[in-house]
Amino acid sequence: MSEPLVTLTIDGKEVSVPAGTLVVDAAKKVGIDIPVFCYHPKMDPVGMCRMCLVEVGMPKRDRQSGEVVTDENGDAIIEFRPKLDTSCTLSVSEGMVVKASSEKAVAGRRDIVEFLLTSHPLDCPVCDKGGECSLQELTMEHGPGKSRFLYENKMHLDKHVPLGDLIYLDQERCIQCARCIRYQELIVDDPVLGFEERGRRLQIVTYSDPEFDSYFSGNTTDICPVGALTTTDFRFGARPWELNAAPSICPHCPVGCNLTLNTRREAGAGGTSVVKRVMPRQNEAVNEIWICDKGRFAHHYASSPDRLTQPLVRKDGELVAATWDEALRTASEGIKAAGQKTLGIAGARAANEDLFVFRRLLEAVGGEAVLHDTMAGGDHVAQFGVGTGTNLKELGQGDAILVIASDLHEEAPIWWQRVFAAAGRGASLVVANARQTRLDKYAAQSIRYAYGDAVQIASGLVAAVSGVNGNSDFAGLETVNSAAKLLSEARNLIVFFGGEGLDYEGTQALANACARLLVETKHVGRPNNGLIAVGSKGNLQGAWDVGLRGDPRGLPAALGAAKAVVLLAADLFGDDPHLADDLDEGVFVVVQELFLTESARRANVVFPARSFIERSGTFTTGERRVQRFYQALQPHGETRPDWRILVDLAERLDFEMGFASELDVFGQIAESVDGYEGLTYEDLSRVDAQWPPVGAQDLYFGGTASKNTHGLGVQIAPGTERGVTFKAGALQQSEIPQSEWVLVPVTELYDHGRTVTESEVLKPRLSAKILRVNRQGVDKIGVEPGQEIELHLNGEVYILPVEIEPSLSDGIVLVARSQGIPASTPAAVELRAVS
Amino acid sequence: MNPLEILRGLWTTFKSMFESPVTYQYPEVKRPVRERFKGRHELKRYENGLEKCIGCALCAAACPADAIFVEASENTDEERYSPGERYASTYEINMLRCIFCGYCEDACPTEAIVLEHNYELSFYDRRSAIYDREMLLVPVPPGARPTPQVVEPGVFTRSIPEMENPV
Repeated sequence: MSEPLVTLTIDGKEVSVPAGTLVVDAAKKVGIDIPVFCYHPKMDPVGMCRMCLVEVGMPKRDRQSGEVVTDENGDAIIEFRPKLDTSCTLSVSEGMVVKASSEKAVAGRRDIVEFLLTSHPLDCPVCDKGGECSLQELTMEHGPGKSRFLYENKMHLDKHVPLGDLIYLDQERCIQCARCIRYQELIVDDPVLGFEERGRRLQIVTYSDPEFDSYFSGNTTDICPVGALTTTDFRFGARPWELNAAPSICPHCPVGCNLTLNTRREAGAGGTSVVKRVMPRQNEAVNEIWICDKGRFAHHYASSPDRLTQPLVRKDGELVAATWDEALRTASEGIKAAGQKTLGIAGARAANEDLFVFRRLLEAVGGEAVLHDTMAGGDHVAQFGVGTGTNLKELGQGDAILVIASDLHEEAPIWWQRVFAAAGRGASLVVANARQTRLDKYAAQSIRYAYGDAVQIASGLVAAVSGVNGNSDFAGLETVNSAAKLLSEARNLIVFFGGEGLDYEGTQALANACARLLVETKHVGRPNNGLIAVGSKGNLQGAWDVGLRGDPRGLPAALGAAKAVVLLAADLFGDDPHLADDLDEGVFVVVQELFLTESARRANVVFPARSFIERSGTFTTGERRVQRFYQALQPHGETRPDWRILVDLAERLDFEMGFASELDVFGQIAESVDGYEGLTYEDLSRVDAQWPPVGAQDLYFGGTASKNTHGLGVQIAPGTERGVTFKAGALQQSEIPQSEWVLVPVTELYDHGRTVTESEVLKPRLSAKILRVNRQGVDKIGVEPGQEIELHLNGEVYILPVEIEPSLSDGIVLVARSQGIPASTPAAVELRAVS
Repeated sequence: MNPLEILRGLWTTFKSMFESPVTYQYPEVKRPVRERFKGRHELKRYENGLEKCIGCALCAAACPADAIFVEASENTDEERYSPGERYASTYEINMLRCIFCGYCEDACPTEAIVLEHNYELSFYDRRSAIYDREMLLVPVPPGARPTPQVVEPGVFTRSIPEMENPV
């Protein structure tokens, strides 16, 4: 399999690398730095900046025989090319001799720096990149120190060009390397940037509407070798050398991108530290060196002035500030009184440690701990999940990926990018969804179904590969059969299943069908094979792993039977105000939250929790990689970590947990949670060498993404690898309500949740408050696109504009989640023109 | 002991009785300092009243005592503090920490911070030892407008002025 090795000599060092390796990479692998500006190890070379010039020689060959000519000592005679070559566009070849630091090469590069600086402004003191700038560093190292060009002749261009809402362009600083343009085209396929004009006037422009319309725009600032592209969020925020760095994990989606939180003291915050910017941290198996703009810019909620800072207790109908002692006492009395009728509801936003302690506490009081999420199937993922050593980057020719009932671009952008990159390398991508998504473009086979038929489609695939006709109406359909052929013939198969158009039971059935598909096609228990759930919350898999499940009775029934309710990171009544009606007046409610949410307003006791920035813990990604995040800031007010609050509460309930730190909790998790056996924080903190080198000394090469020094996490083995037997059940069906109009809530990246809306820079990009129906739908309601219509749901009326989404089937109306319409799963609605 | 030696010593004392006194009646009379004396810092202005400081924080980076704290913000033509895009919205020097080495002055790309001749630095509490930007900024030159100024768009686009090398 492995490609043949080629041996060459660089600066006297002998190097053996696979054929096809570029000289610049080969040199880097043995620690020889060849400076580059336009070349980036994640992208194809273009040879635009000429900074990587080296002298290249080849062994002299006899013209007739093709034999290498040797001198009297028997050594090959090396013939050097008359001119310097760009080492980023040159592949290695046998016997090649490269002089990267010869006088000629050094002189060549010195001249290139002098040219690059002819029009570069003297902005270093005011430039956000100053201090971590490739041009600055390479000029110091390779530049002439003096320019022969006249200062007055510098080209002056616009210095303050907003490229969209998130990025600023300084045209003078641009050295025309096209890294940003190529990143947008090659890596994320959002070709919204381009060059305009020629020569020294050459400049970056954006031609999308809205400008720089991409979920990945922040990454261009990381790979920009100068300060031409900077983020609006960090504009003049701090100098890079003043920043402290704390390793963290993005909590927004199940990808679990590794982050570095850069913090610094700020006068505006009373001299305390704040997060100044979020940078990607390299983890080649998770997010490589990229993060989406939500992860980069949505961190502001943690420093919001609206955060809860001290416990609140209800007295005479009003929530008033209280001491921890008083709040804990009140909460414990309420829970004690309710006893076994205590219901704990947790959201999958919380860390593993919180969820574990939560379950322990509820067990101790004899109550029940349930998960508040519309996604199920975590037990199937634990059993049939991807094998250890899985890396989406390794999928390519001969492999297959199935994405069903999920819009990855909106729900998990980095997965979307890695999946379509795999398709670009030759993997067969099968996309099944009820509407067109951005992934369809790269699919070898797209399957379109009506909402409600997702499970039947998956069952149809199972039927097609196994020959056993389940109860699917779609078995034998041509698209299903050809897709099944692609999937079953693949060497490796990964299945992503989402929850679009499905409820809890529906996703459970879908997970089951997908698991069956993997088992039938023998794609389990190996690396790069298995099941991944695309949850809407970051730690869904962790929640399932520690044993939390949705309530089988359904939330209204469960709430109706409860005497006390404990809410952890779940805004139940904000998501659906009707749920509050199911709650008896006398029910005692305890809430652990960051903000005074709707649920907190209904609570008897509110505990202020810490955000992920102010504490440490672990999250489990959709790929079942357990990753550790570290504390970056001092706690906000009197807040405590969620697990700590629960431990304190347990103490008041005369139940000694014996946890003094996250470490203790994780120790218990490692003892009692399946698959986590023997895992320690130390294991999670281990790092291996990664390619390409980034940050610190190598920022000119890989960009300013930070080097991973605090752990790559551990991908835990699925049940199939550990010999656990858990069989996928019989194929089931799922249903959506039958009605003239069915409302389907879908996930959009920039939702209107509190964790996003607190970020000023993202505000203009928040998901539009619109309803979407197909062309016939607009005619049926009798309005023009863009006009407002009435949506009737559960007796309430919502007025929103309507737009056309051509790929929808009749009778379906889409709305982005968190728009204030209380529907988390498909619901029967009525649509009318505004009367 | 030689009595002559005592007399020789007393002779020195006797001579000084006829010398004019070197004592200054401080604070009524102040002794002039040398031109290159390094006293309290000042943040300079251009003749048009704009601040020279662009908030680059190189002074803070150069400071061996970590006495300087700078935060930058963005200029607009409607609210301009300094030429170019950036100005110091927070500028603080902790005079208890400062060792008056003058590195900040060396590091400054716009000659904004200068250690001047004021040496009268005493405080009743630690808090008042922190000099903020209003205390450090020199008064607006006569005839010039105070900052922030409303200026004509497109004039003050450069942060770093063209300067001669210091002789």
